[in-house]
Amino acid sequence: MKLQSQALPSSDGFKANRAAHLEALETIRVAAETARLGGGEKSRARHESRGKMLPRRRVANLLDAGSPFLEIGATAAHGMYGDAAPAAGVIAGIGRVHGQEVMVVCNDATVKGGTYYPMTVKKHLRAQEIAEECCLPCIYLVDSGGANLPNQDEVFPDRDHFGRIFYNQARMSAKGIPQIAVVMGSCTAGGAYVPAMSDVTIIVRDQGTIFLAGPPLVKAATGEEVTAEDLGGGDVHTRLSGVADYLAEDDAHALALARRAVVSLNRARPATVQWETAEDPAYDPEEILGVVPGDLRKPYDIREVVARLVDGSRFDEFKPRFGETLVTGFAHVRGCPVGIVANNGVLFSEAAQKGAHFVELCSQRKTPLLFLQNITGFMVGRKYENEGIARHGAKMVTAVASTNVPKITMLVGGSFGAGNYGMAGRAYQPRFLWTWPNSRISVMGGEQAAGVLATVKRDAIERGGGSWSAEQETEFKRPTIDMFERQSHPLYASARLWDDGIIDPRKSREVLALSLSAALNAPIDETRFGVFRM
Amino acid sequence: MFDTILIANRGEIACRVIETAQALGVRCVAVYSDADAGAKHVQMADLAVHIGGSAPADSYLCGDVIIEAALDTGAQAIHPGYGFLSENPDFVDLVQDAGLTFIGPSGDAIRAMGLKDAAKKLMEEAGVPVVPGYHGENQDDAFLAEAADAIGYPVLIKAVAGGGGKGMRMVEKPADFAAALISARSEAKTAFGNDAVLVEKYVSKPRHIEVQVFGDGTRAVHLFERDCSLQRRHQKVIEEAPAPGMTDEMRLAMGMAGVRAAEAIGYSGAGTVEFIVDASEGLRPDRFWFMEMNTRLQVEHPVSEAITGVDLVEWQLRVAAGESLPRQQHEMRINGHAFEARLYAEDVPKGFLPATGTLTHLIFPAGCRADSGVRAGDVISPWYDPMIAKVIVHGPTRAVALARLNRALAGTQVGGTVTNLAFLGALAAHAGFAAGDVDTGLIGRDLDRLVQPIVPEPRHWVAAGMAALGVMEGDWYTGFTLWEPLARTVTLSWQGEASDLVMRAEGPDRQHWSVGEETVLAQRIGTQWEVGETALGDIAIAGDTVTVFDAFGLAFRVIDPLDRAAGATGDGNLIEAPMPGLVKSVDAVVGQTVIQGDRLAVLEAMKMEHALLAARDGVVAEVLTEAGAQVEAGAALVRLEPEEG
Repeated sequence: MKLQSQALPSSDGFKANRAAHLEALETIRVAAETARLGGGEKSRARHESRGKMLPRRRVANLLDAGSPFLEIGATAAHGMYGDAAPAAGVIAGIGRVHGQEVMVVCNDATVKGGTYYPMTVKKHLRAQEIAEECCLPCIYLVDSGGANLPNQDEVFPDRDHFGRIFYNQARMSAKGIPQIAVVMGSCTAGGAYVPAMSDVTIIVRDQGTIFLAGPPLVKAATGEEVTAEDLGGGDVHTRLSGVADYLAEDDAHALALARRAVVSLNRARPATVQWETAEDPAYDPEEILGVVPGDLRKPYDIREVVARLVDGSRFDEFKPRFGETLVTGFAHVRGCPVGIVANNGVLFSEAAQKGAHFVELCSQRKTPLLFLQNITGFMVGRKYENEGIARHGAKMVTAVASTNVPKITMLVGGSFGAGNYGMAGRAYQPRFLWTWPNSRISVMGGEQAAGVLATVKRDAIERGGGSWSAEQETEFKRPTIDMFERQSHPLYASARLWDDGIIDPRKSREVLALSLSAALNAPIDETRFGVFRM
Repeated sequence: MFDTILIANRGEIACRVIETAQALGVRCVAVYSDADAGAKHVQMADLAVHIGGSAPADSYLCGDVIIEAALDTGAQAIHPGYGFLSENPDFVDLVQDAGLTFIGPSGDAIRAMGLKDAAKKLMEEAGVPVVPGYHGENQDDAFLAEAADAIGYPVLIKAVAGGGGKGMRMVEKPADFAAALISARSEAKTAFGNDAVLVEKYVSKPRHIEVQVFGDGTRAVHLFERDCSLQRRHQKVIEEAPAPGMTDEMRLAMGMAGVRAAEAIGYSGAGTVEFIVDASEGLRPDRFWFMEMNTRLQVEHPVSEAITGVDLVEWQLRVAAGESLPRQQHEMRINGHAFEARLYAEDVPKGFLPATGTLTHLIFPAGCRADSGVRAGDVISPWYDPMIAKVIVHGPTRAVALARLNRALAGTQVGGTVTNLAFLGALAAHAGFAAGDVDTGLIGRDLDRLVQPIVPEPRHWVAAGMAALGVMEGDWYTGFTLWEPLARTVTLSWQGEASDLVMRAEGPDRQHWSVGEETVLAQRIGTQWEVGETALGDIAIAGDTVTVFDAFGLAFRVIDPLDRAAGATGDGNLIEAPMPGLVKSVDAVVGQTVIQGDRLAVLEAMKMEHALLAARDGVVAEVLTEAGAQVEAGAALVRLEPEEG
């Protein structure tokens, strides 16, 4: 049951792998550092000169000292909008307040006044989605000028745009998921509804403002001249309007009041899984960098990764002799039982059937699922199509889509084609989806895509009697290959919130444990599966 | 030996007596006031009797109640401890009249020593040296000058009615005497309306050396001397035995003088004969003079116990029970050297002001004897002496004993109140003291240096911050972030000065702290935290106070952001009608100074009268309504002058 690693940390291959991962990791770290600094030095200095805490400081002082912070979308909007919106201008993540896990959404006013770019909206909504699925109280640290006007068409009108924030607040509140707002700066126009829609709202005196229209707009509309504080400051809202409930003297006071508000939530975790005493893996997670090849095309045994993630490196492998390209089995991560579904090669019919079986089993037992994705797709070719690999693949997809146990997906390598679906890709709504710096995601490999396009082109040329040299073909294929390479990079993916963030592979175990812990704030519902094509 | 005794005292001395008595198989009855109901001495005793209110006059000084308690509980003897009734001869007589034994001298012996002038005369007759001087009626200039010559210079001229240094002159040589006498007299006349003076020997480098004696009512022995020269305003701070620089010759002279004093009054039990010693030319057998005799067990008796191996309380009990003196003089030996430091709840920077508080934490290190009447959790109340403990050490030599004293003081941990521990530590480390060069003026001369304010180092701030944030016992997830650690702030205050510290946890075992401009690394190696490369010592947290046990205990206050004045009532200048109603009366008058909570007007609404109060102190600027007016909700009724600044 205890996995035996074949890795040799002293080998050249191990060292080369590690070097490749560290290089990939450095790129991500630099991106994360840029995102962390928000709107840049000047903007940060201006923010602090107003007596306001920088947004990350606000998050830190809201949370318990030493609280873990499982950040969502740390590099959101990376490379987008001319890099004008680091971290999409909003910080989101799960931390603890008085031991209670909460979702924190904190505007970064140093980034274009905290206005909402399309990715800002998407990140805010994703945070709310996680909170709703995991039953996590939401604390909004508001400091935002509202919608980013030049991008209004991609921010305002659609279903998953700005209005959805308030819809979510109302729906979550109705489900008993507390909504707490701390107004630490502007809350203008639509933004005014964040505090107004919250269960409890705190506002900072002479700093927080809430109004549907700010003083300039009021003057333009009615000619009335009024200061921001008289129009919608903390005093007004806690004394006259009732839009806010508590008046704070400054940021520190406001965050302390928010912490106090959590004390009275009266929440308890539902009983879900049978926790065991946690145990470190027998193999050092640090070695993940050495056991996973730097080159995605190189096969390796996924059990080498499992051995470095699970308690005691113990793995009760299910159906080990059947459909061997999919590894399934039971283990514990920091004491939490999990069913692991991990790729160990291309998916065949047997592997897909095994996967469906295992997901069914975990659903029956209400055991959370962990998907380790490294998949090039389902096997292709006459034999496989004829034996109904689409039917078997559909079984797995149905099982994964239907199950109500918490799913956590980690991209540890490639995520290509329909394999992404069967392995709980983004569309299959895992509670969390994390990626490694070496991962790649696209509908198929760049080479394959370029090859498909080149074949179609060559056929057309040759049908017309023309000829196409190998050089011409290479030249034709390059842009497609380049595009796929760029778009499949985890930074490109994470910028667009196709996932919840890129992580250091060595921290995978902690990330999984925190994800599971967050997910288990919600009860696990019974599963009813769709029709399986047998 | 007695079967049961009653201890008419409290605190450390009651505990001290109970300890020895119980070891001898004697049943102990404690008495206690309201404030001491849960005190240590009550807990230690076999039986405890409540004797009245917290004020000493209502309890520990009520002799009749105490005697009744002794009779009721079957006690055969009363041990008075020190202080309270211990030197009250009338109480001694009452005890004896009640058929009980007083563990101490007779009432007459106490009386003989109670009147200072009579005692001096008595001692002079018994051949005990007293401070030479002329205290008589003759105020003739020439006579006084002759008296001064006989006493020997330098001399002190003092106003008979004097006090506070008025009418006092020190005269170094005969030529200056006449002028000094004139000026002393004129000052005395102005100050007291009486120009009579006395002339005394001026002791230029005085030391306080006392002799421990023990009598059986006829014979007495001495248990050598103690040096109590380290005094602050006549309060002993650190005592030692034997006296540094003592010669055999002088010890013999002083010891015999002590024995003579005790035997002269038929002394029974433990007593102390105090002498003033002129140490300007070292210790000389002709330069000590009787001051007074304390007819009780002294606070500092443990140093004598330490060097002689005698349990003085045991001797008290045995002699009171009729046994003869347990040891003869020739059987007495000095073994090594001992110190005692008196630990008090005192606010040293505020001029040694007695302090109170709950002792949230109290630990004494191994290697010392700590005589204490309090435990962790006990209260130092304003009712009694704020002593926390006596820290006593013993060593083969003075140097070793002093090193042990320093170590014991450094290892003493008190939380919940300010103490004089740092002062004791500074004194124990004083170079002159270490050299044995002591006199009663030492503390006064060097006070500024001994009470230098302590400035905590960054690592102390960090230690306090760690305790305040509760990050010393982290879990696996402590400080987890995907990338850069979060920066958590904690605000601490040191003696009223608040400071923000920033902590970045890199996991449960590693934190980076910013303290002002300094950066300090805290990391746990095994189970031991190191802060800035120094092992983290003990820390106690109680309420909002964190005490870091280094540099004699550094108490920081944790500032809770919620503690700020939530004067969040909006425009504090304006008093508005909270609902529609009838103004019943208006109390405010323009220009009137009001304080927070003063009634400014009364509004009648919904069949109720509502008093409208001033939200803050201020001056009434405007009265905007009048009695009988019907007002709407939110109507402005009174306006105060805006606050300045």
